[in-house]
Amino acid sequence: MRTKPAIASLVTLAVLVSACSQEQKQQPAASSAYQKELQTQLIMAQPGDVITIPAGVHEMNRSLSLNVSGVTLRGEGMDRSILSFKNQVQGAEGLLVNASDFTIEDLAIEDTAGDGLKINEGRNIVIRRVRTEWTNGPDERNGAYGIYPVQTQNVLLEECVAIAASDAGIYVGQSHNVVVRNNVAEYNVAGIEIENTTNADVYGNRATNNTGGILVFNMPDLPQPGHSTRVYRNTIVANNTDNFGAAGTPVASVPAGSGIVIYANDRIEVFDNDIADNDTANIIIGSYYATGNEWNRELASGYDPYPETIYIHGNRFSGGGSSPDGLDLKALKLAKFGLNGSFPDVLWDGFVNSANVDENGHLLPEYAICLDNGDSELLNVDLGNDSENIVIGGPEHACSHTRLPPVVLEPPLG
Amino acid sequence: MRGAFGSLCAASLLAICIACAPATPPVVVHDAAMAPQRLSEWGVVFADGDYLRINDGVTPYDLNTPLFSDYAQKLRTVWLPPGTQAEYRDQGPFEFPVGTIISKTFHYRYESSDKNAGASIVLVVGDGEVMLDERDRLALDEYHLVETRLLVRYAEGWKAFPYIWNAAQTDATLEVAGDIRPYRYVRDGGVASEFNYVVPDANQCSGCHAVDHSSKAIEPIGPRAWQLDRDYRYQGIVRKQLTHWLDTGIIDRVPANLPRGANWLHPGDASLEDRTKAYLDVNCAHCHNAVGAADTSGLDLDLGNPVGRSYGICKPPVAVGRGSGDRPFDIYPGRPDESILLYRMQHSDPAIAMPELGRSLVHDEGVHTVREWIASLDGDC
Repeated sequence: MRTKPAIASLVTLAVLVSACSQEQKQQPAASSAYQKELQTQLIMAQPGDVITIPAGVHEMNRSLSLNVSGVTLRGEGMDRSILSFKNQVQGAEGLLVNASDFTIEDLAIEDTAGDGLKINEGRNIVIRRVRTEWTNGPDERNGAYGIYPVQTQNVLLEECVAIAASDAGIYVGQSHNVVVRNNVAEYNVAGIEIENTTNADVYGNRATNNTGGILVFNMPDLPQPGHSTRVYRNTIVANNTDNFGAAGTPVASVPAGSGIVIYANDRIEVFDNDIADNDTANIIIGSYYATGNEWNRELASGYDPYPETIYIHGNRFSGGGSSPDGLDLKALKLAKFGLNGSFPDVLWDGFVNSANVDENGHLLPEYAICLDNGDSELLNVDLGNDSENIVIGGPEHACSHTRLPPVVLEPPLG
Repeated sequence: MRGAFGSLCAASLLAICIACAPATPPVVVHDAAMAPQRLSEWGVVFADGDYLRINDGVTPYDLNTPLFSDYAQKLRTVWLPPGTQAEYRDQGPFEFPVGTIISKTFHYRYESSDKNAGASIVLVVGDGEVMLDERDRLALDEYHLVETRLLVRYAEGWKAFPYIWNAAQTDATLEVAGDIRPYRYVRDGGVASEFNYVVPDANQCSGCHAVDHSSKAIEPIGPRAWQLDRDYRYQGIVRKQLTHWLDTGIIDRVPANLPRGANWLHPGDASLEDRTKAYLDVNCAHCHNAVGAADTSGLDLDLGNPVGRSYGICKPPVAVGRGSGDRPFDIYPGRPDESILLYRMQHSDPAIAMPELGRSLVHDEGVHTVREWIASLDGDC
């Protein structure tokens, strides 16, 4: 790594200022000299450059972007170096990175019109101590994603803070080999979401006051299906914020009070977490069919809509399930557990792939949903039969799976 | 190749030194790392405050279905080094030789002839054709120049250079960081409104021109067979564009059977579906193709992709954010007002609008065409 000499950017700035002086009066106020300087540094960057963002609140009114690999973008702290996009008039994100070998650390991206930080295709990505926030708090008009790597490989996302995204605070999509650790996500619709991603470790995070704490999803019509995510040693508490997602987005169907949601994804291991006081349920396991059948008349080819090979063990649960979101779930809880009762720790919609079941209709051992967690129980909501036969899961769920191997970042990052 | 450029540059320096003389200096291919601050130094187009002129040997052209850019009119030109030719391709852009310069000058017609009204000038928007006079000039008492973008072919690939015109309309300045220009505009004689014309920064050029998001190589999008297969008025004389390109040696061959395309505004030439597919290809498929930046969405609006699930038919959204408008599918046959694709065309909010770049205004005519087509589709989801 070499640091780009400061003089180069000074020269650039001087050139730009002199070149544009006669046009200055037409610039909107938010288009500050620093915005132009930073944009220019990003555009002219060379591999190995370290671009520093000084302390201060820097107003940006357009998207920033980086297309050069091997660049580090570094601030002086997530509460000191702040890129504020409050008056953004253009661009679907605050910073868009189309590059590999990229490190971003110690800065904040606030109040973008769309996504905060999007990284679209790249390898060896480090996102460290970055804060993305909509400073007005939960609002449907906030941007969708805070920190959003998509189609990336070998990714380390650590010690970040994501607040008030109208979709997911931290969203890792269609990626491979990902470590998401020691982050804080609060007041988002989804705190942390791992979607269509293979080999992800999600640990040491704190997800609280979101609508749903940690989501592991598989969506149809995408180039890559996901599997193999470990969610462990996280604190997932009181994710009871009303769902403020834009109507029509997939996460808008997540009930408030969801601790962990596993949706149509396979080979998921959930262990050693502290999960408490999520009012719908501490863990929800659902198929693609759980979100309304009118969307599902024709499945995308190759899409597996069922969650399978799920292993939940050794978590510490407390509270939760006492005040579910949505009339159906409320009625169901009342009918089954009474006014003062609670859902068990795990809710499952009960949909199974008929090709993968035994003569009793239970999933074959290799596909089973296994709950090996003290006296915690699983409730089969039997959504496929309009909840006619709601039952506490039997011995077919008292099982275990082979532990998933840890994600190994190669090359190591950090 | 570099050697050849070197001598070209040397020649140009000489030429510029005597540029005070009335003869126009030649076109110059500058080294990519030494792009000049002034557009005039490339020698492709010039302006003197009265007219925008095209240099000798530089050929203006137009497309059947252009990208919508806030109703800007675009003067396109191509220049090839003497003695070189582009290779014809059936699909994709023609293969242009090293040294090719493609230019695109964005301009608007003034609402009144008072072009000296400064910041309060009012521009007219509409789907107007570029109107060069019989000497292939653009009259600057009628038209306001905003920006000129160059695509230059080097041995290592294409490079993009954005230039912004000065207030005097005498030259344009390289501006890699782009700009935001607040303008007032009128449509159909209505009341003047304001909009922000956004000049893209150099990175954003690849937002459209890096059609393959993995290779990230940029390339021209417009100059391909189906787009160029139309008439053009050369100094007042109408000819088939590709015939002209063949006759003047710009291209090596033109086959008898050209691939089908459509002028999206000419209902007589092609079916509603063909016109819509042409429009969506040009406006969306630079990202929404099988290897594009928007392959993350699984939506592929490339002209060659049949109208099916991956074209958006009954396809539910993925990472749509606020862009869904509570509509269930990208394209819901027969139900344009329940189709996400139309919703995103109908809005200018950056969190909703598609395309993400280059559009602050809604393209009413585009919305109308896509609406008609979705309404015409049979079937259900």
